[in-house]
Amino acid sequence: MKLTTLMASAALAASLASGAMAQDKTKVGFVFVGPVGDGGWTYEHNEGRLALEEEFGDAVETVFVESVAEGPDSERVMTQMALNGADLIFTTSFGYMDPTINVAAKFPDVKFEHATGYKRADNVSTYSARFYEGRAIQGHIAGKMTESNIIGYIGSFPIPEVIRGINSAYIHAKKANPDVEFKIVWAYTWFDPAKEADAAKVLIEQGADVVLQHTDSTAPQAAAQEAGNVITFGQASDMAQYAPSPRVSSIIDNWAPYYIQRTKAVMDGTWESMDTWAGIGEGMVGIGEITDAVPADVKEEALALKESIADGSYHPFTGPLKKQDGSDFLAEGETADDGTLASMNFYVEGITGSIPD
Amino acid sequence: MDLSAINPILFVAGFLVAATPLIFAALGELVVEKSGVLNLGVEGMMISGAICGFAVAVETGSPLAGFAAAAIGGAVLSLLFAFLTQITLANQVASGLALTLFGLGLSALLGQSYVGVKPPRMAEVNFGPLHDIPVLGPVLFSHDIILYLGITLVAAVWVMLKYTRAGLILRAVGESHDAAHALGYKVVRIRTLAIMFGGACAGLGGAYISLIRVPQWTEGMTAGVGWIALALVVFASWKPWRLLLGAYLFGGITQLQLNLQGAGVAIPVEYLAMSPYLITILVLVVLSADKSAAPASLGRNFHASS
Repeated sequence: MKLTTLMASAALAASLASGAMAQDKTKVGFVFVGPVGDGGWTYEHNEGRLALEEEFGDAVETVFVESVAEGPDSERVMTQMALNGADLIFTTSFGYMDPTINVAAKFPDVKFEHATGYKRADNVSTYSARFYEGRAIQGHIAGKMTESNIIGYIGSFPIPEVIRGINSAYIHAKKANPDVEFKIVWAYTWFDPAKEADAAKVLIEQGADVVLQHTDSTAPQAAAQEAGNVITFGQASDMAQYAPSPRVSSIIDNWAPYYIQRTKAVMDGTWESMDTWAGIGEGMVGIGEITDAVPADVKEEALALKESIADGSYHPFTGPLKKQDGSDFLAEGETADDGTLASMNFYVEGITGSIPD
Repeated sequence: MDLSAINPILFVAGFLVAATPLIFAALGELVVEKSGVLNLGVEGMMISGAICGFAVAVETGSPLAGFAAAAIGGAVLSLLFAFLTQITLANQVASGLALTLFGLGLSALLGQSYVGVKPPRMAEVNFGPLHDIPVLGPVLFSHDIILYLGITLVAAVWVMLKYTRAGLILRAVGESHDAAHALGYKVVRIRTLAIMFGGACAGLGGAYISLIRVPQWTEGMTAGVGWIALALVVFASWKPWRLLLGAYLFGGITQLQLNLQGAGVAIPVEYLAMSPYLITILVLVVLSADKSAAPASLGRNFHASS
């Protein structure tokens, strides 16, 4: 009897202690689609998480689960996080959209933040970066630098975010070089280095001398380096280890300020469901150093383009633009509104091939 | 559509490379399963081999030393599984899954300082005049030694299982460990050796991805090849040549669908993307319509007292 009482009271004390601890700390959970060492997308989200710990020190506790498959498995992971006392959960891939909404409905007191999606609820915010702004700059450099006039593009999944990137890159490549042609390969994965490398190799074998990627690992960079005479751009992260060539520039996602701001809001009790979509101007999208492999005049043009996007004087989707089927998209001088961009499911005129359903 | 954009020579050469990691991993698992052990840790052993091979190749500057280290690394990791399942008689499924998780974590830890490093390049085997034969030269005689080792190993395992005493003993252990034990064969020792062979093969397969196919180190870079290898062993009915065929089908169709997409062929991409899985399964299921079944003792633990 003595022993059980002792153990029970010890257990009670322990749970009280941990309960008290939990009240002090704000617990922030992260669900990642790839490993934190992917060198791209998930790596940058994890950098944001680390910045959060740095900022708030002992006041926050962060947890993360990496390589979580999109779909039902992610629902299990989120539920587990919520049950373990997370106050705020960031779900960092498009495919977590419905699972996030489902789990959020079960835990009204937990705040959720879903990256790159469009479904919100009272306790679900969405946030994303205007990667297409960076794609415009890549497209310009690609159009200027290609000699074969074939630009390869590795897509992940045919979702609006990826299609926006393809369109933005194409529009600006075409502007820089009217003869340019895009070859698009869908890898149907966010992270599979071997497959991403294969896709890059196939594009290079088919004549591409520029490879753009919308997948998360640095494998296409390695494949391009191996092939030689091919240029690439860092995706989601700087991928500077492949500079100065093949990687000639990059899009860098900077999530840290947002993660800090939102965690602060939870701490202050001022958190509200909202939609955030920030770009180069706000600093959520960074453009990595343009290396010397790019001719000086092209570099200058690219930087000027970046400036005009950052200060809002230029929008990457400015008319006149037509859709792939020849119908009108934007009239002369008109710019695309956020609603159109967020649900973009068509190619602009000139891109060949069709978007998978 | 522009099919002329696809270069058939580069395509075939490409899929031979793409299939090689799968061949190694699946062949190793085939031998393990023939001995009556189900090791679900292929993915973990592959990724461990990938980082061991990568690290040693970078440090020594020799890709061959890297492959040797990958084989050793995979085999050492598999010893953990052998200890759990053969000595402590732990559940094989659970131990295998644990091995995969352990391998993924361990490799991420070991690989931290190797992200973004470029590995030394593996030279092609010098076949002299054979390389200059049109078409056949670039397709068959322009690869690295490890790719040929993979094919040779398939042949060797086939000969071993079918014609040698060692193969007969291995199969006996896999079919009925009690009978084999009664005949005086050391069941645990034989199975441990098979598990180590499986680990070494998986390690080689992993290193082939990190040193040749990609080539770089990234956490979790095997991304499920180990699981495909496990499925392939079953669909190939535990027969080495079918396994080779299955791996080439899978690698070939994967490569073909990427090529077709690049060339803008008007088949819906989602069908192209699933075709490697569908066609490989279909062909191997049709082939396995004969009476080949799993080793009878597969997945059952053995203790001399039972």
